[in-house]
Amino acid sequence: MTPRPAVTTLVLLLSGAVALAGCSGTSKNSAQSNAPAAGSTGAADPNAKIKEGLKITFLPKAVNNPYFTVAQKGSDEAASAIKAELKATGPSEASASSQVTYINTAAQQKQNALVLSANDANAVAPALKTARSQGVKVVTFDSDAAPDARDVFVNQATTQEIATIQVKMIADATGGQGEIAILSATPNATNQNAWIEIMKTELAKPANAGLKLVETAYGNDDDQTSFQKTQGLLQAHPNLKGIISPTTVGVAAAARYLSSSEYKGKVALTGLGTPNQMRDYVKDGTVKSFALWDPSKLGYLAVYAAGALASGQITGAEGEKFKAGDLGDYTLGAKGELVLGPPTEFTASNIDQFNF
Amino acid sequence: MLERFARWETALVALLVLVAVVGQIRTGGAFLDGGNLFYLGLDIGEVALIALPLTLVVVSGEIDLSVASVLGLSSAVIGELWDAGWTLEAILPTVIVLGAVCGAVNGLLVTRLGLPSLAVTIGTLALYRGLALVVLGDRAVADFPSSFTDFGTTPVPGTWLPWPILLCAVLAVAFAVILHSSSFGRSVYAIGSNEEGARFSGIRVKRVKLTLFVLTGAMSALAGIVYTFRFSSARADNGVGLELAVVAAVLLGGVSIFGGRGTLGGVLAGVLLLGGLRNVLILDDVSTEILTVVTGLLLLVSVLAPALTARVRTSSTGRRSP
Repeated sequence: MTPRPAVTTLVLLLSGAVALAGCSGTSKNSAQSNAPAAGSTGAADPNAKIKEGLKITFLPKAVNNPYFTVAQKGSDEAASAIKAELKATGPSEASASSQVTYINTAAQQKQNALVLSANDANAVAPALKTARSQGVKVVTFDSDAAPDARDVFVNQATTQEIATIQVKMIADATGGQGEIAILSATPNATNQNAWIEIMKTELAKPANAGLKLVETAYGNDDDQTSFQKTQGLLQAHPNLKGIISPTTVGVAAAARYLSSSEYKGKVALTGLGTPNQMRDYVKDGTVKSFALWDPSKLGYLAVYAAGALASGQITGAEGEKFKAGDLGDYTLGAKGELVLGPPTEFTASNIDQFNF
Repeated sequence: MLERFARWETALVALLVLVAVVGQIRTGGAFLDGGNLFYLGLDIGEVALIALPLTLVVVSGEIDLSVASVLGLSSAVIGELWDAGWTLEAILPTVIVLGAVCGAVNGLLVTRLGLPSLAVTIGTLALYRGLALVVLGDRAVADFPSSFTDFGTTPVPGTWLPWPILLCAVLAVAFAVILHSSSFGRSVYAIGSNEEGARFSGIRVKRVKLTLFVLTGAMSALAGIVYTFRFSSARADNGVGLELAVVAAVLLGGVSIFGGRGTLGGVLAGVLLLGGLRNVLILDDVSTEILTVVTGLLLLVSVLAPALTARVRTSSTGRRSP
């Protein structure tokens, strides 16, 4: 009774399978970037009509996420405007690879276009490339995929616009005078750090000379931590006049703390938030205004871009123009990027028009 | 005859045919299309690779829940070493060895300290995933050369067969030989049916079990390689939750969770059934909620049905014997 021969065979097979993979050394330095060129072939025909009956798949990061439910509403509107057949589908959890099956399915169902928000820029890339080679036009929105794996990316707003509107709102709310602090997400959050950098540049301008940034705190996009950090900021800086929180989790937690504290109405708060989270705090006067892009417009524009691509109006090259229904005319930027426009500012007067 | 029909493996094959036929009709012929079979193959590749050794582990009466974390750890290490300038030819064997070491840790804790494998591998499930996060953090390494990622994204030339499934088929034959026609395989069954008895008949129980855990670790690392190339993306959270899919497939395949019973053929049918059903439902635009419910029901069936068929079998043999 010796288990050895069988197991030895198997271990040999395993290493054999690995050895099969290649013979000469392949390292990061020797490997060439051999990604195929972006597949925008053929010339755009700006006068082409949007085809009717296009089959479009809408793939959010995960289903049952309120943000994407609103985006889907906008895309449904756009789809009925261009008489396309829109199908929403997607994974139940937003992990890096969970969308791949759905991308493959869209290719298999011979959809004309796929509109998605990528959970991971690279994990979806091989599947997107295969889908494109089978004739599916790919539009990303909200979160981009690797640029050579999609035709067009619909960006919510530029980094610059998002940062400046928040500085403008805090200047309005504080009268442009006093100490302010930032309550961010995690210390290495890519988006937030990019915004904060630009905010600092904005604050250095003479127009904002009265505002002084005294601290940047990190609530780690966790409700409880953000709540405590707000408390900490107010204790550490008795003269604090305003807080900017460029994250939906942070701004809601800070608003909850402020609204029940002695600082309510004395310390201004603004940032990026969703109307449903912030409605009560806007109405009770804790928050004067906050901003975010409107996800339904994002979905609307993405579907129009998909329709324009599938009808040959645009190919994804810089400078191409198309009309996106009610939103008006758009011009493609570098690397097939579209920008929805400046973020929407929510105040007591308009907040009830939004439900997300 | 009734006994033949009451075998769970037979029922599985019948269910597979049913899914294929219904799927083919519902999707207007898109299910058994070469392109779709290729995608189906890709989707079940990693689960199938890990299910092979895990079948042996479960037959021996143990369990390994750390498999998906080993997959994630190997993916993270691939990314980190690639970033450090190693060649893939050096990275891949290293990762397989690392997987074997992870398996050995499980195996040693179970056999030498006599701890229950369920508890040990729940612990290492968290431990190995944590290590993966230490190694790679929340970064993603994605710049692998296409000569390697093609392995996970293109079919064998001239067919619709994905490379990982070809690899899996070769290994499945090897595992089938080990489990069903070697003395090692017989000792695995013996241990699962009656560990004391096996020990008294001279089987080196601890050594056999340790070997099984090492094999499972190495195969999980291999699945990690396949996963990394399939998504050309090395991430620490690759394959989170995959252990449930693998355990589900093994149980659905008719392997008794108490050990001693089950076949590799049944497990492969189980993998195909779970993957095929999921594929048909998605292709037919069934919503994700229903998909989750159906998968959950299948899991319940997988635990109930083998027990029921076993009961039918005993009652039928009971009638025959006086």
